[in-house]
Amino acid sequence: MPAGLNRALLTLVGAVIAILLAIAISSVAIIAAGASPLAALGAFFDFGSRPATVANGIATFLNRAVPLFIAGLAVAVGFRMNLFNIGVEGQYRLAGIVAAYVGSTFTAPAPIQIAVIIVVAAAVGGLYALIPAVMKVTRGVNEVIATIMLNYVAINLASYLVRGPFSGPRAEGSLNTTTPELPESAMFPNLNFIFDWFGQPEPTRGGGVWGFLIGAVVLGVLVWVVLERTRFGFSIKASGLNGQAALASGVDPKKMTIAAMVLSGAIAGLISLPELLGDKGAYTSTFTAGLGFLGIAVALLGRNKPVGIAFAALLFAFLDRAQGALQFADVPASVITIIQGMIVLLVVVANEVTNRFANRLEERRAAQQLGRNIPVEVGA
Amino acid sequence: MSADTLATAKPAVELEGITKRFPGVVANHDIRITVQPGTVHAIVGENGAGKSTLMKILYGMQKPDEGTIKVGGAEVSFRTPSDAIGAGIGMVHQHFMLADNLTVLENIVLGAEPKRLGLLDTAAARARIIELAQDHGLRVDPDRLVEDLGVGDRQRVEILKVLYRGARILILDEPTAVLVPQEVEELFQNLRRLKSEGLTVIFISHKLDEVLDIANAITVIRRGTTVASVNPADVTARQLAELMVGSELPTPETRESTVTDRVALKVTGVTMEADGHRPAPNDTGYLDRLREEGKRLLLDDVSFEIHEGEILGIAGVEGNGQSELIEAIMGIRPAHGSVELGGRDISGWSTLRRRESGIGYIPEDRHRQGLLLEASLWENRVLGHQTRPPARRGIWVNRRAARADTERIVKDYDVRTPSVDTLALALSGGNQQKLIVGREMSGEPKLLIAAHPTRGVDVGAQAAIWDHLREARAAGLAVLLISADLDELIGLSDSLRVIYRGRLVAALDPSHLTPERLGGYMTGAIADTEET
Amino acid sequence: MSRVGKYHVALVAVAALILLMSLVRVVSGQNDITSSGTFAAALLLAVPIGLAGLGGLWAERAGVVNIGLEGMMVLGTWFAGWAGYQWGPVAALLAGLLGGALGGLVHAIATVSFGVDHIISGVAINLLGPGVTRFLSEVLFKEGTPAADAGAGITTSPAISSSAWQASLPLLSDGPDVLGRLEDTHWFLLADLAGILRGLTHNVSVLVILAVLLLPLTFFVLWHTAFGLRLRSVGENPWAAESLGVDVYRIKYIAVIISGAFAGLGGVFLVFVSTKYVEGQTAGRGFIGLAAMIFGNWRPGGLAAGAALFGYADGLQLRSSGAVTSFFLFGAVLLLVYLGLQVRRLTVSDRPAELAARGTREYTLMALAAAGMVVLFWLWLTVDQLPNEFVFITPHVLTLLVLLVASQRLRMPKADGVRYRRGEQH
Repeated sequence: MPAGLNRALLTLVGAVIAILLAIAISSVAIIAAGASPLAALGAFFDFGSRPATVANGIATFLNRAVPLFIAGLAVAVGFRMNLFNIGVEGQYRLAGIVAAYVGSTFTAPAPIQIAVIIVVAAAVGGLYALIPAVMKVTRGVNEVIATIMLNYVAINLASYLVRGPFSGPRAEGSLNTTTPELPESAMFPNLNFIFDWFGQPEPTRGGGVWGFLIGAVVLGVLVWVVLERTRFGFSIKASGLNGQAALASGVDPKKMTIAAMVLSGAIAGLISLPELLGDKGAYTSTFTAGLGFLGIAVALLGRNKPVGIAFAALLFAFLDRAQGALQFADVPASVITIIQGMIVLLVVVANEVTNRFANRLEERRAAQQLGRNIPVEVGA
Repeated sequence: MSADTLATAKPAVELEGITKRFPGVVANHDIRITVQPGTVHAIVGENGAGKSTLMKILYGMQKPDEGTIKVGGAEVSFRTPSDAIGAGIGMVHQHFMLADNLTVLENIVLGAEPKRLGLLDTAAARARIIELAQDHGLRVDPDRLVEDLGVGDRQRVEILKVLYRGARILILDEPTAVLVPQEVEELFQNLRRLKSEGLTVIFISHKLDEVLDIANAITVIRRGTTVASVNPADVTARQLAELMVGSELPTPETRESTVTDRVALKVTGVTMEADGHRPAPNDTGYLDRLREEGKRLLLDDVSFEIHEGEILGIAGVEGNGQSELIEAIMGIRPAHGSVELGGRDISGWSTLRRRESGIGYIPEDRHRQGLLLEASLWENRVLGHQTRPPARRGIWVNRRAARADTERIVKDYDVRTPSVDTLALALSGGNQQKLIVGREMSGEPKLLIAAHPTRGVDVGAQAAIWDHLREARAAGLAVLLISADLDELIGLSDSLRVIYRGRLVAALDPSHLTPERLGGYMTGAIADTEET
Repeated sequence: MSRVGKYHVALVAVAALILLMSLVRVVSGQNDITSSGTFAAALLLAVPIGLAGLGGLWAERAGVVNIGLEGMMVLGTWFAGWAGYQWGPVAALLAGLLGGALGGLVHAIATVSFGVDHIISGVAINLLGPGVTRFLSEVLFKEGTPAADAGAGITTSPAISSSAWQASLPLLSDGPDVLGRLEDTHWFLLADLAGILRGLTHNVSVLVILAVLLLPLTFFVLWHTAFGLRLRSVGENPWAAESLGVDVYRIKYIAVIISGAFAGLGGVFLVFVSTKYVEGQTAGRGFIGLAAMIFGNWRPGGLAAGAALFGYADGLQLRSSGAVTSFFLFGAVLLLVYLGLQVRRLTVSDRPAELAARGTREYTLMALAAAGMVVLFWLWLTVDQLPNEFVFITPHVLTLLVLLVASQRLRMPKADGVRYRRGEQH
């Protein structure tokens, strides 16, 4: 399939150029700040000198990538049919706290306990995403503005719940409010044994490499299968490419909007689980925030395809990991956000340019292969 | 007034050797046209012959790769429409270029606003517009929102826009395509008046009767180049048509009737409200009340039957309810009344279920409703058939079978494409349309809705599509044909209905019919309902 | 409906609203509902939202959706704080405007020149804005810099050298302060009017006056100048504008840059209120401004109403969280009014046929309204104080409700968010 290959190559080249450009621009900023870009570059690859710190660095890196990947998947499902689910942020926070609370109310064998927590999280996320979907379908409310509003509602609601009805015993001297501790059976086994295989010390911080990594991979494969191979995925793609044509060919846009939005929300509901079940064991007021917004960037960078999103999540996590190392190298750590923002902006620009270029290439190729002068109607 | 008397004056517009290439395609090649001032000069050619590209070049929207343009004897080079406007050229676009939410006045002055103290001088603009309108006999109300205007009014706004800028040369791109005959007549009167005031009109069309009616000179374009310049007095419509297509017209002919007595589609009392559908209460008086209250109805009590092996043509000026009728039958838009397919009432069914039970649909606008341009051909084959074999296997899309079946369509319907993985956007209009026809004929449909099946395709594809329709009819397919091309309608249909303002106003036999009589019904000129 | 008609309806609506508020105040005894303090706070809180909304209006009227307002606003706050402590308020104003405009420029380059989806570009800018400012803070406000000596931290700038000049209405809000005295009487309606007026006129900063004046100025420019006509035409039908020689790209660029500048100005305002830049002080006001603009149907007047609503909800909550529960009563009374109107329509209606057709749906709605009224009334009687979080979300929930009720009547610019490329007709 050379046409598809061409396109993929072009996209890749575009993305690489965009990333290099983003690094170049950030380097200028670093120089302007009086630091050395080389030192910064070194910091990104500096996982520490001792095997133990390296292991911790790798664990931090992977643990950051997992929720980013899930967030990217959640956003991508909506994006595939031109639905902008900006509400992932609210969906995952609300889902996280409810799942953490429900999980703490009972004790069951580990598989059941974990399964219940996952189902609850997905259900809460999906139901919360149902609100903007229903608003859009029944009243034509733009989902962008609705989900933005619902984010505020969810974030406030979550902070009320963790402070009020769902609050558990607070640790001595701690200012953070938290839900009750999850029972031991709820904790996902970690993947630290992988380090043993290579004869390396196991990571010690933050619960090691979270076992939910496996769950995320499975989820990614599932989403890929659903989007690329099933009729449902085809309907989503058709609706996204040409809503009118999809309608005329029997795809019910209302049903699809609701299905895609709920699926997106359900995946979003899982975002907090890696951290919850792998490390914290409770939803606290200091739980990682902002993953929903970063998920938008990750999905864009990955072009809404699971494999792309995986790479994008790894890239973002790789950058984020260097937080501490950068400070040691005397480079402002916030340069990470700048690089990330620049990459997203430049990659979408590059996508636009390469897409246009690839389409034109394909038109020309088709015309050449047919070897004749096709009268085209231009515009009107 | 013949062109000869003006021979001494400098030509208003002279195009020499204009050539324009697009990636892989030459849209215009060595175009030569000389337009005399104070005349109506028609440029005729088929759809896709390159007329629109030529006009965009003349109006500065595109730059020619080769050739020169002279206006009033002086060579010009336009980079933007502003340059063309500056040289006294104005364009009335086929698809109106109007901002709906602005007033007529705002639309007219846009880009050439009269200012006083930095403000928009609406008083001066209004005075000027009213003056222009009176001088040229174009009636408009400057303060109405364009949103609320009809088609004829909008066209007058477009012409005023051009005159307001002081244009002496007017380009009208297919101006009659959207007009009913009365409006065409009014337009022609306006144009004659403009001509008598010394303005030059370049009139682009493929409606030969109209061209012969209004033009002083005619240039024919075929396959992107000028093939002849003729005097309308010296040619017949038939001769012009031959110049246009370069060979005999593909005449649609009816073969012996294949109409059976088995009803495939039965439509009864289909009525559609303009301002939102409400489920009707059970008593039958509801629709009558709507009519009494003067509610606008997009479709009003439409009833007809199509038998297996029959092509039923719906004639009508566009915008009289054709699209709505299709949407009602396809279940895209809710309507009152009942639709039966093969004896089963499908009124309450979803679009998907209707398609599954055997309705194929060739949409009127393939880019808007028929294709996923940025998806491969085989994915486009799946579109609309996602729940049926060969595309379906359980919850999966059967990619291999879909590809194989697309290969079949490509072969049987002569779709010119490098492969079935090519994106649909890379195909020419005719090949895209053939793909759609092939797709919609797949899965043994019982009913095919064909809306303008040959619009914007080349002659070869047109003939092929007509053949496919006839073959399918012979095989027992029922076809609902909606078209603006009267030759197509009369030639293909076994029976004809005329739609006018949402009502079927006449049932006619195409074998005993002249286009003139049909036109009478289409425009409402013949008011009483006639049965044959 | 003609312009005059609309104007009258708006006046009547405002009068009815004040009457209702007065009624609720008297019944509930919560004087803060219409106190001058509440309205002064509401004004201060509404201005940045309104400015962000104006930013949205400029961009969207030119057909560019600007969800990046938040990021542009953040840029505005930082630059205002940075310039303000060094060179005073005027420099803060200019720097904030420029910072926001810079964000607008980026958005314009991405969306107009490269045809990137407007939402996507906006999201990227919302990511970049805080990132860039944080970076700048880390470089320019860190330990050992002159700024740090002047009192900066990694998340705050030093205080701005002097604050903006304030004005009051002589006699009425100042000196004899007639309005203030009237307000203290707590008379029905009169005290409320006085409170509202005094709140809006007592000790008002010049910047507020300027910001409020930007509303009519925007209306004037967009609807009464040639430039404004071109800008609106670009948002309605860029291809038509192009065909008449309007440089669509240029107009869009100008509009989006101005949009960013307005958002930046909103940021400047926040900085002036807290006298310095504080990280995160925009607190999502860019998004709220966008909501206010949509609430206001892409018109300056409606936008002002939307901003006022948000400002008022925030202001009341700040002044007295107890007063917020009165809004249960307010809602109940509103529903009562609605029910009354419906019943009247039903009894007066002389078209029984119409009734038969639509009866069920309407009765269901009325029953729901009645039930809602009872619930709200019960809530008002039983709930003493709402958790803060619920108070915070009130305006957002209100916006959602408004969108639910009115979104089909909203008329956004036709080519809003549409990708336009020169020479490519749709």
